[in-house]
Amino acid sequence: MEFIDYYKILGLDKNASQEDIRKAYRKLARKHHPDLNPNDAEAHRRFQQINEANEVLGDPEKRKKYDQYGKDWQHADQFEKAGQGQGPQQPFGSGGQQFYTEGFEEGFASDFFESLFGHATGSRSRRTGRFRGQDYEAGLQLNLTDAYITHQQTLTVNGKNIRITIPAGIENGQKIRLKGHGAPGVNGGPSGDLYITFSIHNNTAFRRSGDDLHTTLTIDLYTALLGGEVTADTLAGKVKLKIKPETQNDTRIRLKGKGFPVYKKEGEYGDLYLTIQVQLPTNLTSQQKDLFTQLSKM
Amino acid sequence: MQATHYIAAAEFCSSHQVELTFIHELQQNDLLELSAEGQELLISEEQISVLEKIVRLHFDLEINLEGIAAILPLLERVESLQREMTALRNKLGRYEDI
Repeated sequence: MEFIDYYKILGLDKNASQEDIRKAYRKLARKHHPDLNPNDAEAHRRFQQINEANEVLGDPEKRKKYDQYGKDWQHADQFEKAGQGQGPQQPFGSGGQQFYTEGFEEGFASDFFESLFGHATGSRSRRTGRFRGQDYEAGLQLNLTDAYITHQQTLTVNGKNIRITIPAGIENGQKIRLKGHGAPGVNGGPSGDLYITFSIHNNTAFRRSGDDLHTTLTIDLYTALLGGEVTADTLAGKVKLKIKPETQNDTRIRLKGKGFPVYKKEGEYGDLYLTIQVQLPTNLTSQQKDLFTQLSKM
Repeated sequence: MQATHYIAAAEFCSSHQVELTFIHELQQNDLLELSAEGQELLISEEQISVLEKIVRLHFDLEINLEGIAAILPLLERVESLQREMTALRNKLGRYEDI
């Protein structure tokens, strides 16, 4: 377990007065508060540290204990031996990784804190009693074909299975909030929320641009020159379309409503844009060469 | 049409340990829109998360209501810019893939 220098976190030296601590905490808390730094995981982490430092240094009794044992954390074993039989409040329990949770009002303690002071309760909050549970952050990777249809998935968050409906048309990087699926509140307070950030992996030949899809459609020279009917792939299956005679390379064809579903607008779709790529014939027979020569001289 | 759900202001106050006068003060400062059914004040579901944020900013960070009134629109702007940045990053990613 790593020693945490709470004075350093608050930018103070050990002679700081309680008023200095209060001011430093207030200043840093306003800078890093999760509400003032939306979607900023680093600010959340810093805020947990600041909160924990204030929980210890802002309370003269805890500060005294921290000053007494904190600096000698390397001698934890001796303390533990000396403290055996003194109940659960022994300084320095067993080791573990330093860990800051995501919440604010409760559950903000590192292992270091809990080994010194037991479980944190957020008791320095002005509103004592009920506390909102911490928010959870989770990431979910989907294939583009999964994001094309509204479907359900079961997520395991902190050992609990949550079944969620993912609406069709969700965007890469989009974050959704599932109210009340975070940690439970304390003393009957409301539960926190679960935030899921989606990462969409493109497993198709289509490029997505918002609700529109783009791809190339390869046709042969004869269809491009004389026109005809071809089959094109869409995410919903194959469609037939007519190619006009003398279609040029790089011609763009729009298939209305064959693009990606519009998020949370049932039945609405973007468009599919096909860019025509004309494929020239290869391995010409001598007869074909003669005919092309004739054409070139006409 | 989607149904709007409401929670009684008194219930919110009890759950979050704040005075009802605080809710009135927010309403007077145009920070919160309340509905009423008879004598009972109601808060819509969509206002709850805003209200919870205001409570945290005011009581945990000691920001006064004038400060909160300035902060909330700026936060909306930050979130809107973050959404725009995500959309632009996705767009840029498409060109980088080519």
